[in-house]
Amino acid sequence: MSAVLLNDETKKVLIAPLINDNPITLQVLGICSALAVTSQMSTSLIMALALTLVTAFSSAAISAIRNHIPSSIRIIVQMTIIASLVIVVDQLLKAFAYDVSKQLSVFVGLIITNCIVMGRAEGYAMKNPPLESFMDGIGNGLGYSLILIIVAFFRETLGSGKLLGFEVFKLTKDGGWYDPNGLMLLPPSAFFIIGLIIWSVRQWKPEQNEKVEFKIMAIAHGEGGHH
Amino acid sequence: MLKCEQLKIYQDKICGALDKCEHYQKFKVYRDKILALGNDSLEKTIAIAVALCLVCAVLVSFSAVALKSLQVHNKELDMKKNILDVAGLLQEDSNIDSEFSDKIEAKIVNLETGDYVEDINAAEYDQRKAAKDPALSVAIPKNKDIAHIRVKAKLAKVFLVKESGAIKSIILPVHGYGLWSTLYGFLSLDADGQTVQSISFYDQQETPGLGGEVVNPKWRALWKGKKVYAESNQPSAEKGLIESAEMGEPALSLIKGVVDNAKPGSQYQVDGLAGASLTSTGVTNLVKYWMSNEGFAPYLAKVRTVKGVKS
Repeated sequence: MSAVLLNDETKKVLIAPLINDNPITLQVLGICSALAVTSQMSTSLIMALALTLVTAFSSAAISAIRNHIPSSIRIIVQMTIIASLVIVVDQLLKAFAYDVSKQLSVFVGLIITNCIVMGRAEGYAMKNPPLESFMDGIGNGLGYSLILIIVAFFRETLGSGKLLGFEVFKLTKDGGWYDPNGLMLLPPSAFFIIGLIIWSVRQWKPEQNEKVEFKIMAIAHGEGGHH
Repeated sequence: MLKCEQLKIYQDKICGALDKCEHYQKFKVYRDKILALGNDSLEKTIAIAVALCLVCAVLVSFSAVALKSLQVHNKELDMKKNILDVAGLLQEDSNIDSEFSDKIEAKIVNLETGDYVEDINAAEYDQRKAAKDPALSVAIPKNKDIAHIRVKAKLAKVFLVKESGAIKSIILPVHGYGLWSTLYGFLSLDADGQTVQSISFYDQQETPGLGGEVVNPKWRALWKGKKVYAESNQPSAEKGLIESAEMGEPALSLIKGVVDNAKPGSQYQVDGLAGASLTSTGVTNLVKYWMSNEGFAPYLAKVRTVKGVKS
């Protein structure tokens, strides 16, 4: 059964988005929520799970009706499906994980505008069968999750000396040695961490570097010599 | 595999039943006709849009209705947690429901007279619902509506924490408009009806990270010990026995920047929220409103007097 399910295409769409075609580091999508929710591991995990499910199910649903979507209302159809799924996720969180839903506040609703979901719907699900699209959604969701977890790991440990609420470094205010880095709790720190991740991934896999679009010409010697 | 076969039997049964249904046959004819149309034809565009909206609407309403009771329960629990928190009674791993019923006493107060109303079951009274009911609420005149809430319930639900018979803290429900949303919260005062113990907001949709910082424990801690009403310079007599007439207007407000504790008047000031001037103004206004004669001032005046509050 599983051999049939996981043919080459499915395997590819499931695994490629983890590193080779990662939505955050290569496609540079979904940055806004990656900045907003990663100050704690618990919120990041819930956000990652919610986004993975929404991407997978919306891709599958859109793919199932892809041959009947009128092109003039294509984007609206996609948005309606995505928005409905996000509302369902939001309702589920409010019912079963109230505290987390309070912390995530608007960001659950903002999954609707997360570029990854729309990007996969428009870029993959509109052209491929439902099962592959579902797997593509899961794969991209996992790629997003991976980066979120890495960022949250650094932000929570360095910013508050904790991981998932458990103490990792003893803080100076509790008589320990670690003086927490307040910057890590603020959204800009995620920019630095994501930047470092992109840099290291591209060092490791140089084929991910974009081609230089133009070159700055070297000024010939002696020209404009003001000094 | 067995399950698949069973499913297939069910599927055949359902399909068989549907095939016999006349309406379904008609529907099928229409459906096939529409699906056969070109994707960009006007009819199909409209049909797809309507069908999609119907399916999505059913999905969304089903989840909203099915999960409502759980969500309401969560909200109630969260409110109780907030009340315990504002009273300083919240401990980790305590049972919120039992803690709440043990230590907190709910009372209904008539806002106009400041007296307790005993013929209403306090546990069941919902002030937010009452504010929407024309029979139970009053419109606030425009010039007095600094909190921008337009109507208020005639009766308010306050919570008391008592220790060996004496009031330890008075927890007052407050609400008012911030930047995006109405902020609902509690302000807890000492028995003198003047010194702030704490403030908390249990329902707000301000910008996360800016106005949303009203829930930040660090900022909330700044409220402790602040005074609500302007006092004359003479030190008041005994605590709890001050005559109400001595109390001035509500003076407590949020200021821009950080409060300098050395300056006179700093007991009436709390740091504003950085980057959220409109939320800060909203909080100032809602505190001023609910502490004024429109709000709890008559009630607090009676709490302060020796005679206490009539019921």
